[in-house]
Parts: sequence; C-alpha cells; structure tokens
Amino acid sequence: MTETLLDIKDVVVEYPPKGFRAKPFKAIKGVSLDIRPGETVGLVGESGSGKTTLGRSVLGLAPVTGGSIKYRGQEISNATRAQRRELSHEIQVVFQDPYTSLNPSMTIEQILTEPLTVRKMERQAANKRVAELLDQVRLPHDAAHRLPREFSGGQRQRVAIARALALDPKLIVCDEPVSALDLSTQARVMELFIEIQERTGVAYLFISHDLAVVRHLSHRVAVMYHGEIVEWGDGGQVTSAPEHPYTQRLLMAAPIPDPDRQAKHRADRLRLLGIQREQDVQAGFA
Amino acid sequence: MTGAPLPLPASAAKVSLFRKLLIHPTGAVSLLVLFLVALASILAPVLAPYDPNASSLKDVLAKAGSEFLLGADSAGRDVFSRLLFAGQFSLAGALVALTVALVIGVTAGLIAGYHGGWFDTVSSWLTGLLMALPGMVVLLAARAVVGQSMWLSMVIFGVLLSPAFFRLVYASVTAVRNELYVDAARVSGLGDVRIIGRHILTVVRAPVIIQSAMVLGIAIAIQAGLEFLGLGDRTIPTWGSMLNDGFINIFKAPTLVLWPALVIGLVCVALTLLANAMRDELERSRGPVKKGRKAAPTGAENASEKRGNAAVVHAEEPSSNHGELLLEVTDLGVGYDQPDGSTTDVVHHVNLTVRRGEVHGLVGESGSGKTQTAFSILRLLPQDGRITGGSILFEGRDLAHLSEKEMTKVRGKRIAYIPQEPMSNLDAAFTIGSQLMEPMRVCLGISKTEARKRALALLAKVGIPHPERTFNSYPHQISGGMAQRVLIAGAVSCEPDLLIADEPTTALDVTVQAEVLNLLRELQEELKMGVILVTHNFGVVADLCDRVTVMQSGRVVETGPVRAIFNDAKHPYTRKLLEAILEDTAPRGPLVTAGTPRELNGVTP
Repeated sequence: MTETLLDIKDVVVEYPPKGFRAKPFKAIKGVSLDIRPGETVGLVGESGSGKTTLGRSVLGLAPVTGGSIKYRGQEISNATRAQRRELSHEIQVVFQDPYTSLNPSMTIEQILTEPLTVRKMERQAANKRVAELLDQVRLPHDAAHRLPREFSGGQRQRVAIARALALDPKLIVCDEPVSALDLSTQARVMELFIEIQERTGVAYLFISHDLAVVRHLSHRVAVMYHGEIVEWGDGGQVTSAPEHPYTQRLLMAAPIPDPDRQAKHRADRLRLLGIQREQDVQAGFA
Repeated sequence: MTGAPLPLPASAAKVSLFRKLLIHPTGAVSLLVLFLVALASILAPVLAPYDPNASSLKDVLAKAGSEFLLGADSAGRDVFSRLLFAGQFSLAGALVALTVALVIGVTAGLIAGYHGGWFDTVSSWLTGLLMALPGMVVLLAARAVVGQSMWLSMVIFGVLLSPAFFRLVYASVTAVRNELYVDAARVSGLGDVRIIGRHILTVVRAPVIIQSAMVLGIAIAIQAGLEFLGLGDRTIPTWGSMLNDGFINIFKAPTLVLWPALVIGLVCVALTLLANAMRDELERSRGPVKKGRKAAPTGAENASEKRGNAAVVHAEEPSSNHGELLLEVTDLGVGYDQPDGSTTDVVHHVNLTVRRGEVHGLVGESGSGKTQTAFSILRLLPQDGRITGGSILFEGRDLAHLSEKEMTKVRGKRIAYIPQEPMSNLDAAFTIGSQLMEPMRVCLGISKTEARKRALALLAKVGIPHPERTFNSYPHQISGGMAQRVLIAGAVSCEPDLLIADEPTTALDVTVQAEVLNLLRELQEELKMGVILVTHNFGVVADLCDRVTVMQSGRVVETGPVRAIFNDAKHPYTRKLLEAILEDTAPRGPLVTAGTPRELNGVTP
C-alpha cells in the first residue's frame, strides 16, 4: 500500500469580490489530486486555468473556501500561522520568475539562511548548511556573498531551488520554474530537479504550461482547464495519448521541432479540430 | 549534468550610501555644511563667548567688532552666542517634527500597505484630510489652545507632515507586498514582523531617507516662519526669533537679520541638495536593467574561439526558393555607446538574406543578438545603439545609411513589424480601430471611410469573430491572442514586402500560438511577403520557416535551409540547442515505489 503525501479533495478557491455586490471569483471549482512521497505530479494548463492558484492554495497563499487539503492526514487548507511555520519544514516552493522571487537587496547567503534562522539555527551551522546547499545546486561557494542581480536567470533559479531545499522539505511546489529560462539552461535545470529528487526523495507538484516539460519530469500528470481537472493519470498516457478533447487540442497545438513531421502534425491538428467541432455540433443538437 | 560549478561574473562591490555621498560633489559639500552646523550647535556651551540670554542695556545694537563678533541685538545680547545656541533649539525642534512624522507616517504606511482592509481605508482617508488642512493656520490655532511651547507646535507640525511619509511608504509597500520573494518568505514560515523588517523595510528605506532630508528642511523653514511671526517661545533663542528681532530693527542694524537668514538658508539648501545627491546615488546603484532589450553579451570568454570558427553555411536545396532577393544584410555590426566613450559590440559581421515569399528564422538564446539584428534592419535600435558597420540592402537601397526621414517612409509601408508583447504595443488610450486606421491613412493616403472599411476587412481576415465590436473596443477589453491578431492586421495593412516578427507567439498560450502561426502562414503565402521570424522555439521554426540562421553571442554560427539545420546540424552550438529540445524525449513513466528509485527510475532512454 502506498502512502499518500498530499491529498487534495474537491478544493474550491474563491477570491472575494472586487466592488460592491459583485460575485466572488471562483478560480478553482472542486479539484482533487494526490501526491505520493518521491513522486512528481505534473499540472498542465494554459493561462487562467487555475494551475498556479492550486499550487498557491497548497502553500497557504490562496484562500481555500471549500474541500480539503491534507498533508499526511493533517488538514492544512486553512492552517494557522503557527501550523504554517511547522509546515515550512515539509512544503516549499520554487517560483517561475527568477527575477522577482529573490529579494534584490539581500545577498545569496542572507536569502538562504532566512528559512534557517526562523528555525533558530546557530550561525555556524547555518553557514555550513549554505555551503552544502550551494554544492547541491552546483553553484560555487563564493556565490554566497553576492547579490541576485549578479547572476543569470538559470543561476538565480538555482538559488531559488537551494532556498527551497534549505529545510529538507518533503514536497516542493514548482510553479513554472523553467519557463523563463533559455532552452539549454532549461534542460540543465530540469536535470537538476530530477537529480535532487532521486537523491533526497522529495516530491514535486510541477506546474507548467509546457506539455513537453511536464512529460519529461512527471510520473503522473493532471490537466487543468477553466478551474477544473479534465484529465488525470499516468504521465505517459496523458501526454502521449490523451482522452479528453482539451488535452488532445493542447497536444496537437504544440509544434514539433521537425519540418516534415510538423507539416503532418499540423494537418492532424486541423483534422482533429474539425472532428471536435462536428462532435460539439452533434452534442448541441442531441 | 556537469559536476563543475558554474562560472560567475565578477563581483560588484557593495558600497555604502554614506561613502558614495562623500565622493558625490554636492553631497559631500552638503554633508560638510550640515555637520559643521550641527557640531557648532552641540558645542555651543563651549564655543559661545557669552550667555545667549544675558542682556545688557549698554550693549543694545552694538556693532560687530572685537567685543561682539557679530554684534549685539536689541536687548544687548551677543548675536554669535545666540546663533550657536539657537541652532540647538531650531535643529532639535525640526528633529522633533521629523521624528513624529516618521513614526506616524512610516508605521501607518506599513500597516495600511501590508494588511490593507479597514485600516487602509481609514488611514488613507485621514491622510487626505491632513493634506487638505492648511498647516500654518492649524499651527496658529494650536498655539492659541496649547500655548507658546515650541516643542508642542513642532509635534503638531510633525503630525501634519506625516502624510508625506505615509504616502511614500504605502506606495512602496503595496508594490512589493505581492512580490514573489515575499511569498517565498511566507512559505518559509516567517512571521509578519520579520517579513516587514527584512523584506519591506529595506525597500522603503532609501526613499524614506531622501524624504527625511526634505522634510527636515521644511520643518526648519516653517519653524523659523512661526518664530518670525512672533509666535514662538520667547524664553529660548531660535533662528526664527532672531530673524524677528532683526526685522524689527532692520533700519537701525541691518546686519542683524542677515546672520540667522544666512544660517537658515544654508541649512535648508544643504538638506535639499543632500536629498538630491542621495537620490542620484541610490538610483544609480539600481544595477542592470532586468530582462532589458539590450541583452548585451559580455561573452569575452570564448570570443577568440568563435572568431576562428566561421559560420557553417549549408548548400541550397534544389527545391528551395529562387525568388527575387528582397533583403541582403552583409557584415552587419551593432554596438552600444558606453558612458566612457567606448562601444560594446553586440552583433558582429552578420550576413543574412531574405527572398520574396520566404520565411527566414533567426534562432538563438537570450543575448544572442537576434533581436538586435532584427531591430537594426528596422533602424529601431534603443538609445545609444547604432549600426557600426556593414550594409542592409533592401530594394537596392542601403538602409544602414538612409536618413531618418527616408527610413520613415520604408518602415510600416515596405517593412512591417510584429512585436513580442501584443498588449504593450497597443496604446490603451485609443480604440483598436483608430490605431489600425491611423497608419493606413498616412501610408496609403486614403480617406477615413475607406480606411475604416479596410480595417474591418483586415480584422475579419485575421480571424477575429466580431470585427465591428473589436474595432470599437479598447486594448484592455480583448485577450492577448486577439491583440496579437490585431497587431498582425496592422502590420499587413499596408501590404509590406518584408515582415519582421520578433517572437510573435512567445507570450501566447500554445493553442493560441498554433492559431497565430496558421494565420501568419496564410498571410505570408497570400501576400508573398518575405518574413524574418525571430524566435527561440524550434517548434515554431519547423512550423513556419524555409531557412534558418542560428546566432550565438552576436554572431551567425550556422545558416541554411530548414531541413539541413534540423537533420544535418554541423556547428556544436546548433547541436547543443537541438539536443535540449524535449519534445521527443520519452515520458518519465510511473513512480516505482519498491526498490531503489535511482536504479529503477530511468529518466530518458
């Protein structure tokens, strides 16, 4: 029997209305998902699908108004500050934009020791930990005394990963961590994610708009569309032979980097769109 | 994954603000003046030759001389001693006002900005009220109620000044409150107090220091004004009351008014200049622009290697386009003028050709110079950027040497442009329709009704479902994909010969990207345009391009027909890029929980 690390059940996220008598905005409409220890669950969707909001609700940064999020059986969807502080040992985050996720006026050392000092770690022990973390993400030790602006996007993302690893979490929510990076940097950072997972057994909730990235990293994949999960299952299955019409459209929309195969792919896509339109029409008349 | 740590750029030294001010000319002088005035005031009991309040009838309005350095006032008190002691009270009074304003303004601004809610509403309303009150009148009224104490009126003035800090802190805090690093700190379990202390105060610190210098100057001036009106505390010497005394006796002893006025003026000017100097220094140290257009590669590390490694040029395929040569870029160089007079080159010796009806992909990573090359063809390089060499032949004319006026005729009409960020390239103040009609009327010289007809036809052509409605809407009312269609409609509105598209689909969702690529292909075939497509996405290249040029660090490393690049890449950099493509990698497969994950969990075959 496999243990469940994170169990998301029928979660609803509603943002309070802006303006008098306006309706609240429902970003997530009842989503269920589970993550096992050491597993990568990919969450794919386009802008506005609610994938980032789901990640933020796990982190306690989005208001969960319905359903439950359980971490190892413990309800965390509306955790108090003190509970959150305890959870910071367990759940961490890597954000998309390496330019705004690091405080520009703090040195790398300050950024990395911040979570440690909350734990009241001794200065010397903290410094040792910083050196270990920099090793883990393959940055030189002299990076510690520099400011984020001295680093490239890929290097900054390594710092963000090191910060997430500082407390040895069991789950890291990765919100589009490679989409702001160049192609070759992206590949290297993804290898780093896999390597860290294999070494430490950390689980990832990996959020991305890119089906190819998710396929490469994920054991299981969920596809979100308009605040709901439309397809959820084995990574290979969902990203190669999807069943839901939206996932099919998503897969067909991504161009293949080969001129001849892409020409065929393009024709297939137009055919698929035609079939789906026909089905919609039939469903409408039925 | 290479085991070796990544190389880092050279460290930029962190220099404190104080040190920078010492080098800044006006900053250093202002600091010196303020320091001397403060020192003289503090040391007044030591320096002053007389008791500042000791009056003597025989010395009334005594002339300056050996006995009284700057003369004596209407009560026979030594002006120099009074000036020194007055410094203590005037400066302390202004500091009281500043402290009160700082404590109230910064605290309220932090709380209101960070937590929002009812406190935000109430404090913003109170701030508005305070700012609407005329300060001098309030101070006069307050004096009538609480008496003539200078300290009390300065406390009240501090309250009146607090909105200056409130507004500043509030604006800075709301700007950083939703920054990702604040979220990351929350996830790390930091409490609110710690987050404010570590992440938010650091952001407001600089503007608050600048504002403090300004406010201190205002406080000194207002305080002097009050005392000058004769509303001060008679028992203590201040610069304002000395001014008052001097003014009363201006005909008998004209110099009496000079000394306090000089000190007040000097201190206020020094404070303002100091504030300006601090602003200069703090803003200069903001560091390089993030993700700026000018991705200047300083890649000197393997420049020599690249120079020796000439670009790989693939042979033409028999089936390739033999149309008329539309654009021929030869030996193009682009550089940026640096403040020290040197030039940083970002594009070196680039050759590029585009035939009519051909899509030429310009591929590379950030900093490769692909966008710089595209912009130099349009002659739209950012400030300080210029074409340093080579030629850009378009229809027999060299665009590199065309005058700005002639270039305007080419741009838009003959060469059109599609940007990366559709939203930021539409003016939010005008309707879509007016933005589409304007260039057509200028370029084609057609009437308004005709332009409108054409614009509606174009919107329909680029696949917008309700052209009339979109025509009348403002940019914020349409989605990103629609906005890109509008810009494409605008770009082809004058039927250009050459279209330059700078990452036209990067900001769009995949499904929208597929639609936009289809649209571009249809239009390109219909209008027989030559297209330069700048992109980093090989999927987009495969979808649209006939010919590809790969750039790295401002140089062309490989160029040729699209199939040759994909199937037979010769240059190591091109190969590296192609290897980084994920589309064809196998899925990771289900999680294997039994056994050691390392062995069983193969990543890629």
